[in-house]
Amino acid sequence: MAETIIELRGVEKFYGPAEARIQVVAPTDLSVYAGEILALLGPSGSGKSTLLRILSGLSRPSSGQVIWHGQPLAGPCPNVAIVFQSFALFPWLTVLDNVEAPLKARGVPADERMRRSVKILDSVGLDGFEAAFPKELSGGMKQRVGFARALVVEPEVLFMDEPFSALDVLTAENLRGELMELWDGKKMPTRAVFIVTHNIEEAVTLADRVVVLGKNPGRIRTDFRIRMPRPRIHSDMRFHEAVDYIYRVLTQPDLVPAPQPEAGTQAAAAVPAARAKYPMLPHARPGGIAGLLELLNDRGGRENLYRQADDLALELDDLLPIVEAASLLGFLTVQEGAAEITPEGIRFAEAGILRRKELFKVAASSHVTLIRQIARALASKVDHTLPVEFFRDLLDEHFTQEESALQIETAVNWGRYAELFDRDASTGRFYIPEETASSSAEEAAGN
Amino acid sequence: MSFPGLSRSLIRERTWPLLVDVAVFSVVLATIYAILTTVHYWMGVVTPAAHISRSPRALPGYALYSLVRMTVAYIVSLVFAVAYGYIAAYHKRLETVMVAVLDILQSIPVLSFLPSVMLAMVSLFPTRQLGVELGSIVLIFTGQVWNMAFSFYSSLKSIPRELREAADIYRFSAWQRFLELELPFGVIGLVWNSIVSVAGGWFFLMACEMFVLGDHDFRLPGLGSYLQRAASAGDTPAILWGLAAMIVVIVLIDQLVWRPLIAWSDRFKIEQVESASAVSSPVLHLLRNASAVKWVERRTLRPAWERLTVTRARAARPAAGAGRIWLTRVAQAAGLVLVLAAVLYATWQAFEMLRSVTGAALSTTLEAAGATFLRVVASLLIALVWAVPAGVAIGFNPRLARVAQPLAQIAASVPATALFPVVLLALVHLGGGLGVGSIILMLLGTQWYILFNVIAGAMAIPSELREAADVFRFTRMQRWQTVILPGIFPYLVTGLVTASGGAWNASIVAEYFHFRGKIMTTLGLGAQISSATDSGNTLLLLLSTIVMAVLVVCVNRLVWKPLYRLAETRYRLEG
Repeated sequence: MAETIIELRGVEKFYGPAEARIQVVAPTDLSVYAGEILALLGPSGSGKSTLLRILSGLSRPSSGQVIWHGQPLAGPCPNVAIVFQSFALFPWLTVLDNVEAPLKARGVPADERMRRSVKILDSVGLDGFEAAFPKELSGGMKQRVGFARALVVEPEVLFMDEPFSALDVLTAENLRGELMELWDGKKMPTRAVFIVTHNIEEAVTLADRVVVLGKNPGRIRTDFRIRMPRPRIHSDMRFHEAVDYIYRVLTQPDLVPAPQPEAGTQAAAAVPAARAKYPMLPHARPGGIAGLLELLNDRGGRENLYRQADDLALELDDLLPIVEAASLLGFLTVQEGAAEITPEGIRFAEAGILRRKELFKVAASSHVTLIRQIARALASKVDHTLPVEFFRDLLDEHFTQEESALQIETAVNWGRYAELFDRDASTGRFYIPEETASSSAEEAAGN
Repeated sequence: MSFPGLSRSLIRERTWPLLVDVAVFSVVLATIYAILTTVHYWMGVVTPAAHISRSPRALPGYALYSLVRMTVAYIVSLVFAVAYGYIAAYHKRLETVMVAVLDILQSIPVLSFLPSVMLAMVSLFPTRQLGVELGSIVLIFTGQVWNMAFSFYSSLKSIPRELREAADIYRFSAWQRFLELELPFGVIGLVWNSIVSVAGGWFFLMACEMFVLGDHDFRLPGLGSYLQRAASAGDTPAILWGLAAMIVVIVLIDQLVWRPLIAWSDRFKIEQVESASAVSSPVLHLLRNASAVKWVERRTLRPAWERLTVTRARAARPAAGAGRIWLTRVAQAAGLVLVLAAVLYATWQAFEMLRSVTGAALSTTLEAAGATFLRVVASLLIALVWAVPAGVAIGFNPRLARVAQPLAQIAASVPATALFPVVLLALVHLGGGLGVGSIILMLLGTQWYILFNVIAGAMAIPSELREAADVFRFTRMQRWQTVILPGIFPYLVTGLVTASGGAWNASIVAEYFHFRGKIMTTLGLGAQISSATDSGNTLLLLLSTIVMAVLVVCVNRLVWKPLYRLAETRYRLEG
């Protein structure tokens, strides 16, 4: 077995005050070995970025240990670098100054700084851009500066936090290719690469080892090796199988994944899903749900999710919440990485605008805990209003503050679509809109 | 034929930098001379009631004295603001306290500090002019430092997480982090707040260059005292000379300091994409191209920076020992205890003093507070009535804006306190009292905040919204109700908040005035503060200052905060 560079032992992360803390990462063991590219995959909210920050020493675990070359670590790792999703270049420094900055921090004298920076800029194809400011560069060029800044310190581990997701498809493809060329040609002065991504194909294209996370709380669901020679070809059967396997794991949150059979994978060290205390609303819009169901219905009611995402050119992070929402509402079921529409879903897909709202209202108030709670609480009040804070406090017991704010936003969105309730932004209260009351009165009078 | 052209271009290339160099050198010489003169004057024997000449020849000297006061106060403020903002942003336990202190100090009228500060400074340097000068500098400092400190603090708090993480993961030393991340990030906010602060500083400087404290008559040579003296004497030419000098100084500062600074700070914008609009400054251009400046920078600043960065980086390598952390902890705790004790003692003393307040004094104070409150409201209403239509007209009409905006800027840049004596003179001629007159005085300073904010708001209304109003043939009423007023609302609230703060502060100088050997006064909280200052009645001064601070804080919490919230939620101009 290869040398272990960084190791997490029983690392956990909590947010919030001690008496009402929220677990965002369940106890986790994870090692980064020399000579490998490790990809970390997972839906949003699975603690991908948190794990990256704990491994790199930027953030401390709430409990557990970070071991670096056999020594417990306190503070940032001595020799690592991060390539950020948003580039994180200093906008007031030129390209050269940006790349020199980490060397300056190490006390490298000016002439040597210059020599090393120019050399690394050459190797990422940025010669001639030394005096430019970041804002004068395209996204792809900016990320090249990000790579140059990371590589100039010759980091032992290169961390990458969704480095290609802010770039357009072609630029990302190109940059990925160049990165792999540097790595495979041993031209990169690093011993391991750790990449966080939500793009399944990217993970399968790049990684020697893939770790898939589950959410609520974040935990490792499967950890397997990909033994395919590089460059990997998308039309390869084994490539397809690996992608399909990850899809199946991701789309069925409660499943304990079986080890991936083909493609030479190792056994998966899977952890069963912890029973979630409070059901979480997936952040999808009613319009998106309707669109997905219509498409599914048009295509015969059953389809492989991987193919669907590919056809729609949707990222995993965009498609998964919609699928989850539709299945929560009882409009579809997911099995073996394929979605199948239910009779209720067919009715919804074929209905007109107003009928859809009614079907959504019925489904949401019978299947979705938060929506049902808000609607019932409002109905039981004489003036039909309640402060939003009341539900925020309730959600804060189960989620981080950011997440409970998002939960409220999604609930408002769904509540408005279903015409169950609305929110007054200036008073910060939920209320039952007048129209709902009066229109139902009219209906009664008409009948 | 090409030869003369070539030689000419060569000559031009050589002569410009030379001229610029000469200019730069003469500026340096002039600065040194000015410093020497000022120091000589400061170290001179104390002349609290300097004779103020009315001759225009004395004006350059007076302008210099006023300018030096401003500059020193500003530099002190800048250093203090950066340090305060830094500590508040990074010490979690101190943060809430320090931000609350900022909030309260911003609401306390500066001029009520005047007597204590002056007496303290004079007793510190009883034989030197320095004492009185320091007093006025400290006063200006207390007036302008808070918003700068707050701006730097909030800049530090809003540094994007990933930029901070980049600095952490690449192990920047504290020095490098300050220089390459924190200071650049805060520069734009600091520059704009400095402009506002210095404008406020002029306001107070004019007021505190000439004042009476009991039987002491303090007069500092400067533009403010010149104007007051000219107005007292009814000397119209001298008034005009004084105003002209004032405007020249302010326009020069704008051109020589603020514009180059704004243009320079443009590179610190956080935007990731290049924008088309940019402020240009010929002065900055000249400075950048002056070879003398370049030479000095290459020889002195750059190597010094380099050395500092590298040595700080090396010093930061080994982690701080546990012993030193323990020591700093103890020092911090001791400091905290000392400060707390001092605060407790002072509060207790103040309460002891306030216990002797009689019911009659309290009721007159409250009555006075009511009168001043009504004046503040009246001045805001008058400002609204003319500034909103005018601002909207200017904002909607680019051609009008080109003419009106620079004029309004010059008019606004003259500190209202400099105009007070002139307006008073007119009031006396017309036979009006200070009761109504002080409203005009408050208006002088505050109307501009509203005007400029309304102009900015009107310009920010998307033209599509106005076109929609045209297409659907909105009536004038409907247009104001659905497009204009909601569109300018957030800007209007900002303008009103600043204007109301300014009006409260102005009341102290506007309601009570020494004029031609007499005292003009009217019922009001400002008048009460000023007269208590005059008569050395510390009890009444304390009481009225507290009442004013409480009023201002209450108005902020009860009126402006909810309006701000409304502006941020309902009237935000974006999808």
